[in-house]
Amino acid sequence: MNAGTLQHFFAMGGYAGYLWPAYAVFFIVLLADFVAPALRRRRLMHELRSRLARKAARQPRPAPTPTEPA
Amino acid sequence: MSKWIPLWLHKLGSPPTFYRFAGALRPWMLALALLTGAIALYGGLVTAPADYQQGDAYRIIFIHVPSAWMSLFIYGVMGFAAFLALVWRIKLAEVVAMESAPIGAAFTFITLVTGSLWGKPMWGTWWTWDARLTSELVLLFLYLGVIGLYHAFEDRRQGARAAAFLALIGIINVPIVHFSVNWWNTLHQGSTIRLLGPSTIAPGMLWPLLTMMLATKFYYLASLFGRVRTDLLDLESGKDWVRKIATGETPQ
Amino acid sequence: MLRRDLTLAWRRRGDIAMPVLYALIVTMLFPFALGPEDTLLQRIAGGVVLVTILLAMLLALDAMFSSDIEDGSLEQLVLSPQPLALMLAMKILAHWLTTALPLIIISPLLAGMLHLPTAVMPVLVLSLLLSTPMLSLLGAILVALTAGTRRSGMLLALMLLPLCVPVVIFAAGAVAASQQGLPWLAPIAWLGAALVLLLVLAPLACAAALRIALDA
Repeated sequence: MNAGTLQHFFAMGGYAGYLWPAYAVFFIVLLADFVAPALRRRRLMHELRSRLARKAARQPRPAPTPTEPA
Repeated sequence: MSKWIPLWLHKLGSPPTFYRFAGALRPWMLALALLTGAIALYGGLVTAPADYQQGDAYRIIFIHVPSAWMSLFIYGVMGFAAFLALVWRIKLAEVVAMESAPIGAAFTFITLVTGSLWGKPMWGTWWTWDARLTSELVLLFLYLGVIGLYHAFEDRRQGARAAAFLALIGIINVPIVHFSVNWWNTLHQGSTIRLLGPSTIAPGMLWPLLTMMLATKFYYLASLFGRVRTDLLDLESGKDWVRKIATGETPQ
Repeated sequence: MLRRDLTLAWRRRGDIAMPVLYALIVTMLFPFALGPEDTLLQRIAGGVVLVTILLAMLLALDAMFSSDIEDGSLEQLVLSPQPLALMLAMKILAHWLTTALPLIIISPLLAGMLHLPTAVMPVLVLSLLLSTPMLSLLGAILVALTAGTRRSGMLLALMLLPLCVPVVIFAAGAVAASQQGLPWLAPIAWLGAALVLLLVLAPLACAAALRIALDA
């Protein structure tokens, strides 16, 4: 495929200004749809892990008995 | 009810089982989506002949029509899941319904924008208030309404049920969008692809179109599985199976 | 139930005036915004009056259940042995009588401000009489769904307006047809049929929505 036919392909019979933005919208919107939940998942895992870590840090200390003087 | 639902389907409704099931299938769905998508794009942009009347501009059809189909199809899935969620309060149905909404909204948006970009060179206008375009726009607002209502509730499960109710009220719009070109005089062209009987579209144009319809379905599943898995982790965050995944005891 | 709601509304008479004043002011804005040219205003008069009344009703819709939620009487209503759908139908009727009816009464005034020909006014009033109850009924379902959430008027509008599009199309269509001297009975008949359907289904849907929202 030489430069001539590639140029012809991109020109799309003069309709390039409509066709390529349309395809771009298709890809960009679906990409956003795919990436956004991935970000949410990462944030969620981070929160979960830190919450569990905090809980684990509290466990080893023995709880004070209620009759201990203040 | 349990009598006529097979056991494996019942088990699938349990969050940890579905989590594993979706996690296993998701990479395949994505791979199939990309593969069939690439084939469809090659067919649509390279091998399909130029249209007699519309030249190369018609090639927008290969993303516009599958997106439009998905915007309706996903609403149908959402409605079905909403029905299950309201009648039987199945947690997984609630999640599937709510997580389908943004994907459906995305496809509806793509449909409207690509349609507009196709309309300008073909009809001479970016927009017209005919029955099909108007009802598709209403569909977008319905999706946004479902998403908005879902997030307005403190209790996520209650929010899901309220939004599911709204989704079911709006489902009347789906047949309206589909049959609008038959029932009213619209600027939008009628159907050339038929389920039963021969289609009036050229075969060189038909196969990339059908392939892309398949690709978008695989994509929907890939995206949905990802979203549902994350949502299940969130909803069940106190449970043991989630804890095990978070600490890495079980593989993701 | 009907009497109770009407009495309560009468005690807050000032609130009844608000949608009317709103509609008057908004309608007045159009000649300022578009210029006082008669022919232009005449063409948009029917549609503007319809949309203005729709928006005025939207603003007032929120109040349908709010006071009952606050004092807890809504939950008691849901738990009471009487058929919930019927009670809600009465509530919706009371709301329509106090909100929409005043608006319909001043609608000839509003339309007159925009130079709608007097011959068309009866059709306008008729289409409002048929379309505003549908707005109340549909709105009631959605307000019930959002009962108990941090309610935003914008969210309600986002949910309600798409569902109202067919109502608006037919109601405005009837007025436009009458204005052009064309037969206007067909859209009116569609409105009437839809109203009958909604009168039966909406209270039931409203009851279901309320149960979901209150988690009953």
